[in-house]
Amino acid sequence: MDFSSLSPVAMIVLLVGAATPILLAAIGELVVEKAGVLNLGVEGMMIIGAVCGFIVAVNTDSPMLGLLGAMVGGAVVSMLFAVLTQYLLSNQVATGLALTLFGLGIAALMGSSYNGIRPPRMVRLDVEGLSDLPVVGKLFFSHDPVIYLSLVLVFAVWYFLNRTRAGLVLRASGENHDAAHALGYNVQLIRFGAIMFGGACAGLGGAYVSLVRVPQWTEGMTAGVGWIALAIVVFAAWKPWRVVLGAYMFGGITILQLSLQALGISISGAYLSMTPYIVTIVVLVIMSADRKKASLNAPACLGTSFHASH
Amino acid sequence: MLRLEQRPQPSGLMLYTTPIMAVLATMIVGGVLFIAMGINPFKAIYLLFIDPFVDPYNLSQLFVKASPLILIAMGLSIGFRAGVWNIGAEGQFIMGAIAGGAVGLALWDVEGWWLLPLMTLAAALGGALWAMIPAVLKIRFNANEILVSLMLVYVAENFIAAMAQGPLRDPNGFGRPVSKNLERHDPTSLPDVFPALGIDAGGLMMLILLALAFFLLQKHALGFQIKLTGESPRAARFAGVRPGVIVAVCLGISGAAAGMAGLFELTGAAGTLSADFGLGYGFTAIIVAFLGRLTPVGILLAGVVLAGTYIGGENAQFVLKLPAAAVTVFQGMMLFFLLGFEILINYRVKRLRRAA
Repeated sequence: MDFSSLSPVAMIVLLVGAATPILLAAIGELVVEKAGVLNLGVEGMMIIGAVCGFIVAVNTDSPMLGLLGAMVGGAVVSMLFAVLTQYLLSNQVATGLALTLFGLGIAALMGSSYNGIRPPRMVRLDVEGLSDLPVVGKLFFSHDPVIYLSLVLVFAVWYFLNRTRAGLVLRASGENHDAAHALGYNVQLIRFGAIMFGGACAGLGGAYVSLVRVPQWTEGMTAGVGWIALAIVVFAAWKPWRVVLGAYMFGGITILQLSLQALGISISGAYLSMTPYIVTIVVLVIMSADRKKASLNAPACLGTSFHASH
Repeated sequence: MLRLEQRPQPSGLMLYTTPIMAVLATMIVGGVLFIAMGINPFKAIYLLFIDPFVDPYNLSQLFVKASPLILIAMGLSIGFRAGVWNIGAEGQFIMGAIAGGAVGLALWDVEGWWLLPLMTLAAALGGALWAMIPAVLKIRFNANEILVSLMLVYVAENFIAAMAQGPLRDPNGFGRPVSKNLERHDPTSLPDVFPALGIDAGGLMMLILLALAFFLLQKHALGFQIKLTGESPRAARFAGVRPGVIVAVCLGISGAAAGMAGLFELTGAAGTLSADFGLGYGFTAIIVAFLGRLTPVGILLAGVVLAGTYIGGENAQFVLKLPAAAVTVFQGMMLFFLLGFEILINYRVKRLRRAA
């Protein structure tokens, strides 16, 4: 077997591409969960983002407007979840599932006339001199803007949650919504905002799949990335920097199994395609096994509805 | 100003009228959606919600679609009652079909009345064992069963693709990744029981199991423990209910039910194992379970309604060129409306008089 085609530099570049949709969706969901809301609709919001981004990009011939459209699409559809869970106090697990089912359906409906079209190409960063450097240029200075944006976003989320007053208030409504309410904060509004932020991030992640990674529109193309993002938040113990670690690790596994398939290794491709999902399970098990630690990390009010009785 | 006020007791009336309200609201909003798509809304709604229950041919397909939905939803509802969220029924459905189908393929030249029961048993075991993975990981390692069971759907989808390419492929199938057809093979084809409604032996089995589920939840101590665990986990622990046992029982039952549904689909409708064997019944069944209020009778009715949308959706694809995805949108919308209306069970809307 010829392993020489597996250049480490090229693999890392591919890895970052595979990890970015997961990273974007997971960092959004992290904020949502920090506010005390469990939104299982990530997969649905991602696929909506994928189709909205694709449609806008094809019609305006601008991938950047496509990304914007995806964020708007993701945020708008997440409002359905926000209204139901925050103001109509519906069960978050069931509503999140409904959002995923609904999102998959509506995305297929919206995208039915866009099959087989190629979207406009996303520009890559190209800095005179820097991008041409051997290894370093490829590794750090030749990605598309979304990859840099995703890392900036992680930093911004970290800064917001840990260094700003607003972030503290958001975390308070996730840890103890009654206390936050008693202090005069509007828990429902805070959560509503967090859910929309999560929707926009998931939408952006979805558009990255349809505009950059594939780039094409096919039904159900996010293929469980949204669910993996949910698992990554648990893996990261609700810490932004560890979301990067988790997402890049999964990107690595995805790329590794794809390269092995391309090499024509004697294992059937279907078995290799299972690996990211199996690894997700293994990681979940490892992270959850220590009950005490796991419950310390999770926001205390995660998944519970809040209704101010007076 | 309107505000929500908690009712002293959940409203029994609302408990049963909200699912009907959800279906009606779906029709209305769906009608608007059809107008936006340039489709005659009355025709479309007639096709989706009425024609499946009027036209004799459609009626003969009704339980072909409804039986797997009801069977899976029945299993899921028992878990949902206990707060055990098995979202991976689609995977258990596939694994059940593989396990039962493999038995049928291995005993291809054998005939006997016991063959289908044996395959059903294998399918139930296959589904239950697949569901035991999230159960064990939940009990032993505290891993979230929602995520684990869902990840296993993707594993199962790849597994059936591998099986259809490899060990279970039809040797005379010109290399196509499809198994032999178990439905067009007398010893493994499900016999019809009441063809006018599309009830075959699998449908009959579904009805029997539904009755058993009713008995379990209403009359059996285990059913009480399941409901207690869902309503108050703390109280259940004090009453001596072991949460691990409940998790295992709930996932085991729902896995077995989904596995059997998979086999009935294989031997009653689909015929062959292939990469696109899964039709999403495992996910639609979640809607059925909620729409049916997690009760056996409700699930029976909800399963029939959603089966109707599948059949009507197929007809609407021909007659009105309605995209296939529109049915999924309708089903998702129905669940949204249901969840939204649910607030009326525990709260009432009150006009707030401004104090002078």
